[in-house]
Amino acid sequence: MTRPMKQAGSARSGDAQVDVELTVNGEAIRRSVSVRMLLSDFLRHELGLTGTHVGCEHGVCGCCTVLIDGKPGRSCLTLAVQANGYSIRTIESVAAADGTLHPVQQAFKECHGLQCGYCTPGMVMNVLGRFEEEGPLDLSDDGIRELLSGNLCRCTGYLNIVAAVRRAAELLGRS
Amino acid sequence: MSTRMFGARIERNIDPKLLRGEGAFVDDIPLSDALHVAFLRSPHARARINAIDTAAAKAHPGVVAVYTCDDIGALDVEMPLLIPHPSMTNPQTQRPLARGDVHYVGQTVAMVVAVDRYTAEDAAAMIEVDYAPLAVEMDMIRALQDGAPRVHASIPNNLAAHFVQSSGDPDGAFAAAEHVTRITVQVDRSTAAPMECRAVAARWEAVTGELTVWDGTQAPISVRGGLASVFGIDEDKVRVIAPDVGGGFGQKVLLFYPDELLVPMAAMQLGRPVKYIEDRRENFIGSSQERTQIHTIELAALKSGEVIGLRDFFLHDTGAFIPYGIAVAQVASTSIAGPYRIPNILVEFKAVYTPTVQVTPYRGCGRPQACFAIERAMDQLAQELGLDRFEIRRRNLIADNQFPYAREGLLFADGLKVTLDSGQYGKALAMAAAELGAESFAAAQAKALSEGRYLGLGLACYVEGTGLGPYEGGHVKIHPITGKVYVNTGLSTQGQGHDTVFAQIVADQLGVSPQDVIVVEGDTKAFDWGVATFASRAAVVSGNAIHKTAVTVRKKVLQAAANMLDVDIDSIELRDSAAWVKGSNRFVPLAAIATASNPLRYAFNKAAQAATQFAPASKHDGPPLAEGEAPGLEATDYYSPSQSTWAYGVHAAVVEVDPGLCTVKIRKYVCIHDCGNMINPMLVEGQVMGGIAQGIGGALYEHLDYQADGNLANASLMDFLVPYATEIPDVSILHLETPSPLNPLGVKGVGEAGCIAVGAVVASGVEDALRPFGALKFHQVPLSPTMIADALERAGH
Ligand code: FES
Ligand code: FES
Repeated sequence: MTRPMKQAGSARSGDAQVDVELTVNGEAIRRSVSVRMLLSDFLRHELGLTGTHVGCEHGVCGCCTVLIDGKPGRSCLTLAVQANGYSIRTIESVAAADGTLHPVQQAFKECHGLQCGYCTPGMVMNVLGRFEEEGPLDLSDDGIRELLSGNLCRCTGYLNIVAAVRRAAELLGRS
Repeated sequence: MSTRMFGARIERNIDPKLLRGEGAFVDDIPLSDALHVAFLRSPHARARINAIDTAAAKAHPGVVAVYTCDDIGALDVEMPLLIPHPSMTNPQTQRPLARGDVHYVGQTVAMVVAVDRYTAEDAAAMIEVDYAPLAVEMDMIRALQDGAPRVHASIPNNLAAHFVQSSGDPDGAFAAAEHVTRITVQVDRSTAAPMECRAVAARWEAVTGELTVWDGTQAPISVRGGLASVFGIDEDKVRVIAPDVGGGFGQKVLLFYPDELLVPMAAMQLGRPVKYIEDRRENFIGSSQERTQIHTIELAALKSGEVIGLRDFFLHDTGAFIPYGIAVAQVASTSIAGPYRIPNILVEFKAVYTPTVQVTPYRGCGRPQACFAIERAMDQLAQELGLDRFEIRRRNLIADNQFPYAREGLLFADGLKVTLDSGQYGKALAMAAAELGAESFAAAQAKALSEGRYLGLGLACYVEGTGLGPYEGGHVKIHPITGKVYVNTGLSTQGQGHDTVFAQIVADQLGVSPQDVIVVEGDTKAFDWGVATFASRAAVVSGNAIHKTAVTVRKKVLQAAANMLDVDIDSIELRDSAAWVKGSNRFVPLAAIATASNPLRYAFNKAAQAATQFAPASKHDGPPLAEGEAPGLEATDYYSPSQSTWAYGVHAAVVEVDPGLCTVKIRKYVCIHDCGNMINPMLVEGQVMGGIAQGIGGALYEHLDYQADGNLANASLMDFLVPYATEIPDVSILHLETPSPLNPLGVKGVGEAGCIAVGAVVASGVEDALRPFGALKFHQVPLSPTMIADALERAGH
């Protein structure tokens, strides 16, 4: 293979750009983004928050789940421009500043609720969102499975994730 | 640490980082100024390419380069045939970019490199390809007939390979049979569907001539070797890193996927980092798949139910190419007799080209198909002889005292004779019956039936040859500054927890906490001898290599500590990251021993100062480093298994079928498995459970729906049904631990075990549940509601 002949041109894409203002993990963000950029790509590639994963880009796997104004949402089905004015929380905001795991994360660890860890940020954000909602939680087996029914995991077979949700409820004093 | 870590259910070292979102998967690696790749893929299953026009794509703003087969120079060749075998005639492998013909929907035709993926995809859509579509035949049986449309012009009858193996005297057995049963079964095409799709990124440093490739692969060392040879660069100048990888299950080991060559090529040519992140649709139409086999199996039995002979003929769909040779079919053919004695075996297969994505091993690798065939046949035999399904198996299982049990004449995928090394098969079967409540099931079934509910009992046994060679290595080093232990091996991990189990192995030898053992793998700069993660081999092959190495380092530590503390070696014990004089409170920390084992010039820290407080770590005259001695506490060693070590298990379930809705619910699922000594039962259960969930997917839901024209109709997670938590029942997993006699740790592999038996269990259970409607047959998985409806209709319901 020959040596490179020259630096490739640094052309830009021809996409129209739009300014967005939003809050991400408590921080005010102002950026100019392509009109068709997905929120998942915006978080990952523009902000470097690569903890939000992308498993399908068609709204089925839940890997890309973030909290949008407190509610779990698919960042792959949301355009960055649609997030204008909203407050987004990603997995990077969940543990304490010193790295101490949040009880939901701790529960996943104790219960071996993750293997490859690719689905995990989406799982955690979904569970966290549900736990932070007002009102009672259905912590029966079926209730927990229902709570998890928007997130695919190909590694664990889910039982340990079900156990982790129950353990998280315990750690958080929820029932 | 005096408690033994081997066998402990300890939490994983890697988890905090993954839980905080700090994992580093390929697309997370920050590469400044990176370019992005999109592929143009064939929309036809078979076509001639008359012309490709890339002008519009090249002119599109943001596009940096567009490649067709004419633009990739020396890479425009067929990719390697990884495992040659004489049973293949003229084996076909793929080119990075199609030249002349396309052979399946999804085959890469052109590559666009642009400033971002959005732009690259736009430009790929602007490439105009003039295709002349050709006829296709998707059905394997018809594809073998004379005159069938060909996947490759040069291969008549689409026959990729033909292979026969036999053990004992099958003809004699069938002549002596008192009863023969015969059954045809099918397992359909599926895919691994890891949550992270495949990904490759590359950076070329022109100044140093170094190529760095981040590849979500199960085989970084092999990829490194391949890249060095393809590009003609010294191996030392090529670094392949498999960082965190989001599941693999076999799909992520192939030399090569087109992108694994083309992305580094583009990075070298364009002088900027280049990235290809496969999307989900591409994973469905471009990354390896497995499973379709059609088996016709016959059992020659005595009236007692003893099976004295087996004949199996099967067709194996290899897709459009056969880069892995006959590996999948060979594993199926050598697993066909399962855990049963069956001394006389004839097994023959034909591998058939179909115009679909190539077939390479997916978790299970031919075993689910073989298990489905033999177990469904055993059920039928039991039915015909009026025997209970547990009983017929009990009468045929290899007895504990018959190990090692060789199947003379059958060669496994490692080229060695099939020899089942150890187990307690009968006990496993009895445990399954007890845990399921098989004794009282008939009563429960009758009671349910009286309430209009249809319960069935499903049962299947499996065996799994694990821990294939050739070898793996381990490097263990105690760091002189921190006293932490660094461990390297040549594998990569996709979530199995290698970092924790390998740490447990080392912790026991060196008296440290597993949290203080730092395992680095998946980086050819860290360790560059080895093979790959596949075939349930990591714990067996790397585990034992690391164990051997740790034993050597332990000896060095003991000797150095004895010298430093001026006592006999036998009076030293290792615990709490230090060497102690037994029964006293005299000790020296590991860090100090490591420091003292390195003849020093400078006391650069406390450990170095402390080391000077003790007697020298090495007792000898002459120069500081004696002849033949190496500095530090460090060793490298290798383990090469003499043969595969065979794990096994029994799965049983109670299923409920709703004959109105034609749905199947698993009410109870029991798994008894034996993978030898367990390093970490919690992680073993995780592996088994993950496998069972994939098995349930394969038993009931996951079916790649190829249309008659070769298009895949369900190339999305919306339509290809991977189970959610709502589809997975509680499972009780019980362990049996029969140590493997073949390796020092006594371990067997467990990565694939869970998925093997599930299809057979479910079909067996559904058949049993619907018995009130007649002797309905379920000989195909995934077992869909339509199949149940059809079967009921045929039975007049
Ligand atoms: S990536 Fe968004 S749901 Fe799969
Ligand atoms: S842990 Fe791998 S996908 Fe869930």
